[in-house]
Amino acid sequence: MTKSEPREIVIEAGRTERHYWADLWRYRELLYILARRDVSVRYKQTLFGVAWAVVRPLATMLVFTLVFGRIAKLPSEGAPYSLLVFTGMLPWFFFASALGESANSLVANRNLLSKVYFPRLLVPTSAILVALVDFAIGFALLNLMMLWFGYTPGWRILALPGFILLAFGAALGAGLWFSALNVKYRDFQFVIPFVLQFGLYVSPVGFSTAVIPEKWRLLYSVNPMVGVIDGFRWGCLGRNFTLHADGLILSAVLTIAVLGSGLWLFRKTERSFADVI
Amino acid sequence: MPHAITVTGLSKRYRLHHVGRPRYRSIREDVSFGVEALLKRLLSTHPQRERDSDEEFWALKDVSFTVAPGERLGVIGRNGAGKSTLLKVLSRITEPTDGRIELRGRVSSLLEVGTGFHPELTGRENIFLNGAILGMTTREIRRKFDEIVAFAEIERFLDTPVKRYSSGMYVRLAFSVAAHLEPDILIVDEVLAVGDAQFQRKCLGKMEEVNREGRTVIFVSHNMTTITSLCTRCLLLNQGRIQSIGAPTEVTANYYRSGFSGSGTDFTPTEHTARSRDDVAILRRARLVDSNREPIDYARIDQKLGVEMYYDILQNGCRPIPNIHVFAQGQYAFISSPSEAGPMPKGSYVSVMWIPANFLNEGVYVAGIALSSMNPVRVHFYVPDGIIFNVVDDITDPARHDYTQPIPGIIRPRLEWITAPHQALEHA
Repeated sequence: MTKSEPREIVIEAGRTERHYWADLWRYRELLYILARRDVSVRYKQTLFGVAWAVVRPLATMLVFTLVFGRIAKLPSEGAPYSLLVFTGMLPWFFFASALGESANSLVANRNLLSKVYFPRLLVPTSAILVALVDFAIGFALLNLMMLWFGYTPGWRILALPGFILLAFGAALGAGLWFSALNVKYRDFQFVIPFVLQFGLYVSPVGFSTAVIPEKWRLLYSVNPMVGVIDGFRWGCLGRNFTLHADGLILSAVLTIAVLGSGLWLFRKTERSFADVI
Repeated sequence: MPHAITVTGLSKRYRLHHVGRPRYRSIREDVSFGVEALLKRLLSTHPQRERDSDEEFWALKDVSFTVAPGERLGVIGRNGAGKSTLLKVLSRITEPTDGRIELRGRVSSLLEVGTGFHPELTGRENIFLNGAILGMTTREIRRKFDEIVAFAEIERFLDTPVKRYSSGMYVRLAFSVAAHLEPDILIVDEVLAVGDAQFQRKCLGKMEEVNREGRTVIFVSHNMTTITSLCTRCLLLNQGRIQSIGAPTEVTANYYRSGFSGSGTDFTPTEHTARSRDDVAILRRARLVDSNREPIDYARIDQKLGVEMYYDILQNGCRPIPNIHVFAQGQYAFISSPSEAGPMPKGSYVSVMWIPANFLNEGVYVAGIALSSMNPVRVHFYVPDGIIFNVVDDITDPARHDYTQPIPGIIRPRLEWITAPHQALEHA
């Protein structure tokens, strides 16, 4: 922190904080430290520790492969079904845990909100960073599996960060909405798990989007995770998987809309968080 | 020089909902209340009345003051006067409803000891976490890390999760992090009330040091001694408004005078205190008085004071001994009774115990009022907390020699001292 010019802070009712974005930058280390706290606390006093980050996706992958691949015999565009599932599951799990954690983050950190000032935006954002750590572990696992099945990632893998960013944006946007609403209406504690469970089956996690009839595909892309999951499969498993440009653009536009409106709602309500929470 | 803090017309309103209703709501409630309100509005013939259902409460109302750089402003007032709300608004935790605050410089607030401490994390991890939450950079924390650990005296437990700490260690660590903040303006709630006495003194010393470096401090406390010895100015809040602002001694005296402090310097037994009644004697009244036997609410340290007890003797032929038990800091300070006790025929009596000036220390004293007789030992009445009073030190006591911190001890008698060259004293 610079100790040069003493800053002047003006507090007034309804005043939009002029220093908001500067403050956000000034507190960037807190973002990292909050995320690190949640990561290091996460697997404390568990017997298997970080192994859970590996076991959970693997077990889900086995079940989905069995149900959708073996029993329902859905098409896999030439890729091993387990890889198809895993490439869908990885971004979905990231989105789901990011959204779940960030939606709950303000309430979980209520003791901080009522006792100290910092830009509240850090709280839901850091929750998403935590999910990113689990994602990284899963991604390493995916790479091992791809090696095992003889898949060498091509140039397309360079597009993955873009898709992760899209998932990040979608999770943050929805997370801002839900976390701000959760402060006032605790109903959302019950809504979110339901939405996420529903979303797991609505999103193309256990199957390829190829099974969706052409005429419904654009509508299907209203769910931003459709674009992200398609993008992941395209990036990791190659050209058998087509990217639907219009669907992807729709996903991106919607994500930006959710993120923008989420930010607006969050900033509008954050000043009263401490009074309501 | 511009003010460090300028507060103008600051108000904060809270809306009170029905008692028993949780502060957070469910949508169902909002929707149904909305429908209810709508129906009321449609059906009601008295449109004004529905407003009353949402009760308003002004935690702060039109508060204005300024604080110069380097000043230490104490904020006092009884519970619910708006002290905590003022600090919360100043620390940007909650938004004012009206008014304006200007703060010049880096602000840190300390409304709680150990905000954000995580029980599962080690002392080391919590130092970084808590430091960052309070607004320190990692580099800053790293630079002061050893100092923080040494101040907290927890070197050996640095890598133990804080959930295994004793409460004393926890508080020491938490305060130590906070004490190493370097803000221009420090906002402190009553956080020093925790921890052992020795550590409290250390913290107070640290705060003095902080101020010597030119920092502005706003400080809430219930401890008038801390206020008078630590602050340069004092603000008394009452029901969200400023009752008075000025020199700490005057404002704290005002606080005592207005009877806010919860001290009881005039006691009349009621039916509830019937246990003090027996068939030999009955206590009628007890009160605190000055040297002219005028009732007072508190005493200055350099003032002679008396504890009066009025009682009736109901039987002839007994030799009762009035006695007063004085407690301070949870301990027996002393018991006093007259050295002569003769027979007392039926009638009304008053006994006064005079406490000389410059004898008690500053602080809260409790006087138990009793009447008993010997052979056989019998207690006619005993009211353990008959009189509760404050002794105030305005830190002009010459024996302080500019020492401004609280002086420990239950009593602080001014005793006779002689200092002279060795030879002179021997031959005197």
